[in-house]
Amino acid sequence: MIEVRELQKSFGPQRVLDGVNLRIEKGESVVIIGASGGGKSVLLRHIIGLVHPDSGQVLIEGRDISQMKERELIQVRRKFGMLFQSAALFDSMTVAENVSFVFRREGKLTRKEIDLKVAEALELVELAGTQNKKPAELSGGMRKRVGLARAIVYRPEVVLYDEPTTGLDPIVSDSIDQLIIRVVHQLKATSIVVTHDMRSARRVGARIHMLHKGKIHISATPEEIFQSTDPIVYRFVNGISELKERLL
Amino acid sequence: MGLGRITLLCKEILESLYRHRVEWRNVIYQLHFIGVKSQSVVLITGAFTGMVLCAQTYFQFHKVKMDTATLAVVSVSMGSELGPVLTALMVAGRVGAAMAAELGTMRVTEQIDALRTLAAHPVDYLVVPRILATVIAMPLLTALSICVGIGAAFFVGVNLLGIDRAYAWHNMLRFTGAEDMLTGIIKAFFFGTIVAVVGCYKGTCCGQGAEGVGKATTEAVVFSSITILISNFFLTLMLNQLLQSA
Repeated sequence: MIEVRELQKSFGPQRVLDGVNLRIEKGESVVIIGASGGGKSVLLRHIIGLVHPDSGQVLIEGRDISQMKERELIQVRRKFGMLFQSAALFDSMTVAENVSFVFRREGKLTRKEIDLKVAEALELVELAGTQNKKPAELSGGMRKRVGLARAIVYRPEVVLYDEPTTGLDPIVSDSIDQLIIRVVHQLKATSIVVTHDMRSARRVGARIHMLHKGKIHISATPEEIFQSTDPIVYRFVNGISELKERLL
Repeated sequence: MGLGRITLLCKEILESLYRHRVEWRNVIYQLHFIGVKSQSVVLITGAFTGMVLCAQTYFQFHKVKMDTATLAVVSVSMGSELGPVLTALMVAGRVGAAMAAELGTMRVTEQIDALRTLAAHPVDYLVVPRILATVIAMPLLTALSICVGIGAAFFVGVNLLGIDRAYAWHNMLRFTGAEDMLTGIIKAFFFGTIVAVVGCYKGTCCGQGAEGVGKATTEAVVFSSITILISNFFLTLMLNQLLQSA
């Protein structure tokens, strides 16, 4: 179970998170939506301890990770897998080396077992046979899928997705969404997706939290969000800017 | 602020070494990149520095009929000063810049964050192997530079400038002490640490985008070169006191 309490974070004079409260149950599939630059990715990075808050708490199974040191966080992060917006593949390594990174460092499995795990993970993301390719040889969608394979290969309890469909065409976006749904069902992992793609949010989220002006503005099911008459939610879901409203 | 962050980085490095969290496979890879691939640069620098030092010393000594002392001056200078300093400056240019650029790019493309999410400490995985490899490679490269420099100087002195081979050899051995060579090797150890720590620090703390990486790379070379030159003065005074009294 993940709980965020009164989380505040500023970068210089700009307050990005202004008292965020959030609770995510084990096995839940949630989506965090909000405007670009609104602090969604920053919130996600707080959940995995990549960023330390100015104040507030991030509780992972009751343990506050917000003040933990990097070496303590390593133990906590074993429960997490994360897909980055840019995929963040290690460009000096092949696809297989990227996906097997955790296993190779742990040194608990044989080479054959590692190869099998890598093949299974790549099969799951429909990229079988790409083991020897370098990230530079892959398209944007393929890189994201390799990033997803790397994040799930060691079967984490929680998988975080930072803008998984940004910059991809609708067909590839749909395939990424289907993969996220498959991961949720097959691994029974808690899934937290940060996106501003409303089609994607509707497909993958059982619950949607909207971040607005540094706070969680609304938490509801996708149906409730799409039927909401709240002007902020309505404008965001239907893509209506304030400028367009004024012109109309 | 920079000094505080570099101190924290050094603390993390020592902690990683103390807890034996060294990634030896990475150390070997870095040794190849830093040690083996720097040989040609160090070889050329050492050889031509030795040759030019021999020629200049000979031109001055010839005026006072001290030709046969030329190689003694060259070997002492190469061993204790020029060998370690020039090797360190060349390695700072080649390796320090590469470290800052590679780690900086990894930082701006979120690869360091990805490493952290995969339960790897960036200092254990990226920084410590580079530092160990540089600290091991630098004394070896310096020894190579000194040997090649003296050899090249001997060739120029005897074959081109006509210094008597036997006297040149005799005087060189007579006036060059083991402490001169030891001074060079100890200095190389310190210079290696400086190049690696500054390169890794600049890379892991670089600013955003291509501009940030470019700035980090330039600063890594400039700061490590300046630190090498300044520390060389103090190391010379200190080692001279220590090794002469021993």
